[in-house]
Amino acid sequence: MRPIIKVENLGKRYRIGSRQPYHTLRESLMETITAPARWVRRAAMSSGRQAASKPQGEYVDALNEVSFEVQPGDVLGIIGRNGAGKSTLLKILSRITEPTTGQAELYGRVGSLLEVGTGFHPELTGRDNVYLSGAILGMRRAEIARKFDEIVAFAEVDRFIDTPVKHYSSGMYVRLAFGVAAHLEPEILLVDEVLAVGDAAFQKRCLGKMGDVARTGRTVIFVSHNMASIEALCSSCMIIKGGQLDAIGAPDEMVSRYMTSEIIRDQGTRDLRKHPGRSSISTPLMTSVALSSSEAGAVRIAAPLSVEATFAAPHPVRPILAVTIKSAHGAPIFGVSNRWTRQGFDGPALAEGKITCRFPRLPLMPGTYLLDLYFGDFADQTRDLDVIIDAVTLEVFPADVYGTGLLPRAMDGPVFSDAEWIVSSEGDAS
Amino acid sequence: MDAQELPLSTSNIAESAAVGGSAVSPSPADAPALPENPVLVIKSGRRWMGLELGDLWRHRDLFFFLAWRDVKVRYKQTALGVTWAILQPLLTMVVFTFFFGRLAKVPSDGEPYAIFSYAGLLPWNFFSSAVTNSGNSLVGNASLITKVYFPRLVIPGAAVAAALVDFILASLILLLMMAWYGVSFTPALLMFPLLTLLITLIALGTGMWMSALNVKYRDIRYALPFVLQLWMFVTPIIYPLSFVPAGWRWLLRLNPLSGAIAGFRAAIFGHPFPWSDVAISLGIALAVLVYSAYAFRRMEMQFADII
Repeated sequence: MRPIIKVENLGKRYRIGSRQPYHTLRESLMETITAPARWVRRAAMSSGRQAASKPQGEYVDALNEVSFEVQPGDVLGIIGRNGAGKSTLLKILSRITEPTTGQAELYGRVGSLLEVGTGFHPELTGRDNVYLSGAILGMRRAEIARKFDEIVAFAEVDRFIDTPVKHYSSGMYVRLAFGVAAHLEPEILLVDEVLAVGDAAFQKRCLGKMGDVARTGRTVIFVSHNMASIEALCSSCMIIKGGQLDAIGAPDEMVSRYMTSEIIRDQGTRDLRKHPGRSSISTPLMTSVALSSSEAGAVRIAAPLSVEATFAAPHPVRPILAVTIKSAHGAPIFGVSNRWTRQGFDGPALAEGKITCRFPRLPLMPGTYLLDLYFGDFADQTRDLDVIIDAVTLEVFPADVYGTGLLPRAMDGPVFSDAEWIVSSEGDAS
Repeated sequence: MDAQELPLSTSNIAESAAVGGSAVSPSPADAPALPENPVLVIKSGRRWMGLELGDLWRHRDLFFFLAWRDVKVRYKQTALGVTWAILQPLLTMVVFTFFFGRLAKVPSDGEPYAIFSYAGLLPWNFFSSAVTNSGNSLVGNASLITKVYFPRLVIPGAAVAAALVDFILASLILLLMMAWYGVSFTPALLMFPLLTLLITLIALGTGMWMSALNVKYRDIRYALPFVLQLWMFVTPIIYPLSFVPAGWRWLLRLNPLSGAIAGFRAAIFGHPFPWSDVAISLGIALAVLVYSAYAFRRMEMQFADII
């Protein structure tokens, strides 16, 4: 079969530094005035040395020499760390930004969905926004009119369709926005992480809708951090790393490859000897911290997690470790310490060693967390000897914890809790 | 680096396709037939790609909805609402009539100064708000530009179209004033829509160019209101073209609005139509429009990166 998308050596280079992105008018006027001199200089140089005439500056290759093909009807997932180039690739394919090198051939109409609610205006009613957003996403007016009822039904906002969306709850807003987007019917659909919104039931419907899209033979490229939805939706998957194509293959293989390669490195051992978060009164005793989980290195929701701090002290200590887990914004969620459990109180004093804190079933929702580490000695319990704030970042990934394909919703808070459910008729409640 | 880490070879692509095919891909029967040539080729270095009018035409519904949004949102949560569209030129006219007409005794081609100045203010206000709106339109719609593709010309174009709505409303007041002052309706009034088109072209040319420059140089946001203020004084709005010494009129005619506004007044008062002034205005308007379209296209591909 011939590919519907053919990407060859696609690259995107951004210039970084103070001169970008805003030029001042003066700079530009000066450039215009001095342009003739530059042309003369450039003409004097041999044509083969074009690179030399490029303005000097620091560059970053957001995307570098990426080549791949996508078959019609394929659902290609793209995974990679933040800043790996996933979104840049999607932006190039959706013609928002121009590549610096290479080319892409697309054998079908492209629709892109890089954000939920693109073009929504808070002052306009739901009805108005359906038309506006639909037109922005590339639908014709007649097409929107035809699908209008279906969109409203999908979003379940019938009663509020003539209310300005600024009065909508965030859930209603997102449902309506996704409703419009879900009814987009291009031959190639580019989707960036838009499923990470809404409640679980809605997410399931979105997944279902995406599945429908794939089954109608449409080609989808889908960028996500959500490994569970990559595995559920995609027929193949690509890993992007440092702007380059790392691997492409079956989704489950790619997900586990990504989890082991990327995350172990990231969440593996962190050197603490010159950590910027160390408090000024600390004696640097902790030398490193390692996070590990039993499952191929990735920390998934409800998986075990070990926090292992290595220390080296001038005098033997009976170590105390306190770990505080905080949200990405720095709000503490919970903390644990062997100071209170008294483990190691009667143990031997060690000049060098490790102290490990193990969570058998980490009660955290998917997301990014920061860990503070406090290190002390049972011999002197009045103070912490070594304190490191934001010592290490912990990334928790989603997993199909319930075995239902449904994910608990992160919007309910950062804590994941087990629960038991008993349904009974009123009479025989036990 | 082990073999798996190497950049993708063609054999890997084939393999992935096979994996994908087995999972979700439809049977070949319901797979859509692919066109022979790519629908779209994306590559770097396209600088002047023509206007791509076909692409613009395909996005006419978007153009309509963006203009409609601007109109609808403009007077939301205002107590006076759409009355503002009428109030602004009307009050300016009152102040001008008092200071320039009564006190300074500026001549007005023999017509009542109030309607004379309103006839100038009407197209000027349209031009000024169209240029201001479209000049800020790209920056104001940055979230669209970084998230969706469509021909970017639609954005400043729609901003001009939205300003046209205010102009039409304010024109109704003109008709009432004409009746009030007993200005007779002549066939020359038929030139009104054509002159409106001329102003639209001038506004589009200027606004489009300013909007593109504004993406790169935010100086425009500050310079534009100031430049427009000065521009108003070098346009025959509070004075007739004949007020200017004959030796300097050619300079004023380089301002495309001079001819257009002279045309408006002639159409309203049934004076002899200043064909040459309007022709010069049209010529300059088209030149500006072509240059702006070119400049806009040249900068368009960078918008998402620098906005």
